[in-house]
Amino acid sequence: MADKSSLTIRVETRGEASVVAPAGEVGYHEAPALRSALRESLDRKPSRLIVDLTGIHYMATPGLATLIEALQISKRTNVVLVLCGLTDRVRAVFEIARLQTVFRIAPDVDAATTL
Amino acid sequence: MGSAFQSPRATTAPDGAAVCIELASNPAYLCSVRSMMGVVCRRIGFGDAATSKVVLAVDEALANVMKHGYERRLDGRIWLRAARETRETGEGIRVVIEDEGRQVDPCDIKSRDLEDIRPGGLGVHIIREIMDDVRYECRDGKGMRLTLFKRLDRGARDPSTTGGCVG
Repeated sequence: MADKSSLTIRVETRGEASVVAPAGEVGYHEAPALRSALRESLDRKPSRLIVDLTGIHYMATPGLATLIEALQISKRTNVVLVLCGLTDRVRAVFEIARLQTVFRIAPDVDAATTL
Repeated sequence: MGSAFQSPRATTAPDGAAVCIELASNPAYLCSVRSMMGVVCRRIGFGDAATSKVVLAVDEALANVMKHGYERRLDGRIWLRAARETRETGEGIRVVIEDEGRQVDPCDIKSRDLEDIRPGGLGVHIIREIMDDVRYECRDGKGMRLTLFKRLDRGARDPSTTGGCVG
């Protein structure tokens, strides 16, 4: 029953920005892996951190909490954090939690590099 | 996994539930429960958007049991039953989640202030936003029981909804 492959995370550099692209599901079990990836990227202090959520088809509140934590760190360290590629399902979760205005949200990675 | 618990197993549903499972308080199982709840919701007649929301609410409820009820222990037991139910206000799905974890006064289970932007504490808010009826109760002896209901066609709020302060 245990599924360790329900989340994969790709990290790449695009110019001055770091792009973290998780794919799969982010629930209570998977959120720590995303948290680690985001913290490692923030530790490198890029000028911009883009979280590409295009491949995320499920997100629960541990995923939201991880993103909020990353946002708080980014503000303390002067890193611009931008989310992009939110599917309708993921966007709905942001809306239920009333977080859609808390983050910078772009349609895709290209737009996120300049937002 | 370090747990003596076997895989979640199907049991005979005593109340005609479509699904009746027992699982360990191990977050690794949540992904499979989400898949199962998606199938149950669609079979009952929920569309994709509503199914996603019910799955989210159940996932949040189970995660809360693991995190708070069992305080992240992996070997606690959780029982989940899901069934089609017809109420005066319409047909829908009833989900009952029971555990043997720490008991709390149901009236103390509240959503937090969303204006306070910080990690954590959003699960109860999500559950209450999505489901039409949310009732927390203390089980006899130990543990909690959470009963959730979601109508197929969500119109007016279920008048029987009490805001989840039963027990």
